[in-house]
Amino acid sequence: MKLGTSRRSLLALGAAAPVVATLGACGNRPGSSSADGATAWGLTGGAEEAMRASFEDWNEAHPDDQITAEYFANDAYKEKIRTAIGSGNAPTLVFGWAGATLADYVANDQVIDLTEPTSALTDRVLPSVVQVGMIDGSVYAVPNNQSQPVVMYHNNEVLEAAGTGVPETWSDLLAAVEALKAHDVVPIALAGQSVWPELMWISYLADRVGGEAAFQRVLDGEAGAWSHPDMLRAAQMITELVDAGAFGDGFASVVADAGADHALVSTGKAGMILQGSWIYPEFLTNAPDLVASGGLIFSTFPIVEGGAGDPSNIVGNPANYWSVASSAPEDAQQTATDYLSEAVYNDEHIDALLAIGAVPPVVGLEDRIAEEENNEFLEFTYAMVRDAAHFELSWDQALPADQAQELLNNLSRLFLGDITAEQFAEAMDATL
Amino acid sequence: MAAPALILFGVFAIVPLFGVAALSFVHWDGLGAITWAGFDNWTAAANDPVSRGALWLTVKLTVLCVLFQAPVSLLLGVFLAGRQRYRSLLATLFFLPLLFSSAAVAITFTALLDPNFGAGSALDIAVLSQNWLGDPQLALYVVVFVIGWCFIPFHTLIYQAGTRQIPKELYEAARMDGAGAVQQFFLITLPMLKYTIVTSTTLMTVGSLTYFDLIFVLTGGGPGNATRVLPLDMYLTGFRSYDMGQASVLALVLVAVGLAVSLGLNRITGASRMDSRSEGS
Repeated sequence: MKLGTSRRSLLALGAAAPVVATLGACGNRPGSSSADGATAWGLTGGAEEAMRASFEDWNEAHPDDQITAEYFANDAYKEKIRTAIGSGNAPTLVFGWAGATLADYVANDQVIDLTEPTSALTDRVLPSVVQVGMIDGSVYAVPNNQSQPVVMYHNNEVLEAAGTGVPETWSDLLAAVEALKAHDVVPIALAGQSVWPELMWISYLADRVGGEAAFQRVLDGEAGAWSHPDMLRAAQMITELVDAGAFGDGFASVVADAGADHALVSTGKAGMILQGSWIYPEFLTNAPDLVASGGLIFSTFPIVEGGAGDPSNIVGNPANYWSVASSAPEDAQQTATDYLSEAVYNDEHIDALLAIGAVPPVVGLEDRIAEEENNEFLEFTYAMVRDAAHFELSWDQALPADQAQELLNNLSRLFLGDITAEQFAEAMDATL
Repeated sequence: MAAPALILFGVFAIVPLFGVAALSFVHWDGLGAITWAGFDNWTAAANDPVSRGALWLTVKLTVLCVLFQAPVSLLLGVFLAGRQRYRSLLATLFFLPLLFSSAAVAITFTALLDPNFGAGSALDIAVLSQNWLGDPQLALYVVVFVIGWCFIPFHTLIYQAGTRQIPKELYEAARMDGAGAVQQFFLITLPMLKYTIVTSTTLMTVGSLTYFDLIFVLTGGGPGNATRVLPLDMYLTGFRSYDMGQASVLALVLVAVGLAVSLGLNRITGASRMDSRSEGS
């Protein structure tokens, strides 16, 4: 009965697996504040390499003030950090997106005031980016990586074949959608299953139609802010795009985490995509020929005729931020603030970021960028961030978590045609 | 000898359960102060169309899962208990999904079902390149299928073992009386498997009520709310919206429904009076 034995051991294996997984989870307790020296939790992917290199350089130069860094996946991190902070087990350096979460931390005295200790760093950073880390006039978070504006990417080969070009206005965009559809490609790639890429669309549209005031009303909790004519118009424009077939039929099954959205553009199955600047390195890896031949072009979001928004306004993440946990021991806090003011955006750090196609929000970088090879995208994003009249933080970060979740939920239903723009506005007004 | 088990159960099941019950009467965002809420969370959850939809969806998912998994695993189990050629090879293949983690299965199916880069477009089969996970009408059925793919091997194993317990003499006698394979199945195998069916169906039902990981990775509850079942709704409310109070209410509803269903199934099917079906006992 050889088969019987093997089947039993197979079952035993299956039964043991969860036990092993649980034990493994228990054994790992990073960031407990009793550990020696300072700790930091960062994110995997993106500018992780530059961050790792920065910590390694620091630790080499400061053997007595070590910083131990650990890296987590985005979603896992967001859930872990809140529990860690709530239970007093936060790392010394807390990675974040500023916005409503930072305001929460500050309201609960979980992070320390960084205005004085990091002034050497904030002096070098673009004011609009410093601003995002401030609450009530004090700095509680300082930027730690590149600016991440949301831009339009176009596969020029596809656009040309369809007889259209980069859209500069809303009506250009609608015309391009028609031309691309007639050419039998998906006009605009969109990762609808991930939902947050849909947020980029409504953020830009609301800004182009009503200017930054449109979303400011929501942030201020003004009653009826979502049914304000400008915001409602933005929601209606979403429906118009979906009805025109701008995103194809299958957008709701496309996942952004795996890069299935920009892969459509780099393989020529779609004409354009609205995405964060962080996907540019992926184009370099996945479609080097397209990039080298100049087939990939980038542009700002089209203007809306008659809209109130400044065309230089951008949406995205001004940067990611470091805060310092108030629960950390004093010497660890000291190490952390020293690191922030001395090592963040020093020459080596800036080089490391530029090398991966990421532009740090530091003043006066023009000459440095001009020295880089293939600097077209770097120059484009740097100028975009430097000259922006307003840099709007991603709405899901800017809003408190419960409102942000309602927004993502209702927005996905708006894109699916489940609800109308008016119903969307009504549902969202109820969250204010 | 029951003490260690009782202590483990107490510390890891009963104590947290009371914690959750207490949380359901407070407002807490996981970070700030905990404030008393009375029955606010309960009325909010009862009036929340998303949570109500999630409850209905959970019932629907459970029914569909049992309807899909029970017949398939019964037939496979009975088949694998036999002595056909290639049986052991097929058995090994059928049991493979048991070895995979749900997250890995979900990620693989997401890739396979991708309308642009998935199996359908790679093999150029139009029927396969549908908007499987993006169409609110289809997504739930795809989820039911993938859950079935994961769990049918387990239930097949139960049925195989059950079928092998049936005394050979019954079949011999039936053959002498001229019963065919179909008659043997309906008149001997099925009645003799009664308690196996109860066990397997209870596991399926209670399992379906709490499926989380697979759906979370496969669809995240989308498109829209098309696959936002109760456990997922609980998680998203607690760990995305940081509304621990209302999430606790949903958790308690899940506990209550799960207990009621498994007790109810036991009562209806008489499994509580379960006696041996073996020969001579």
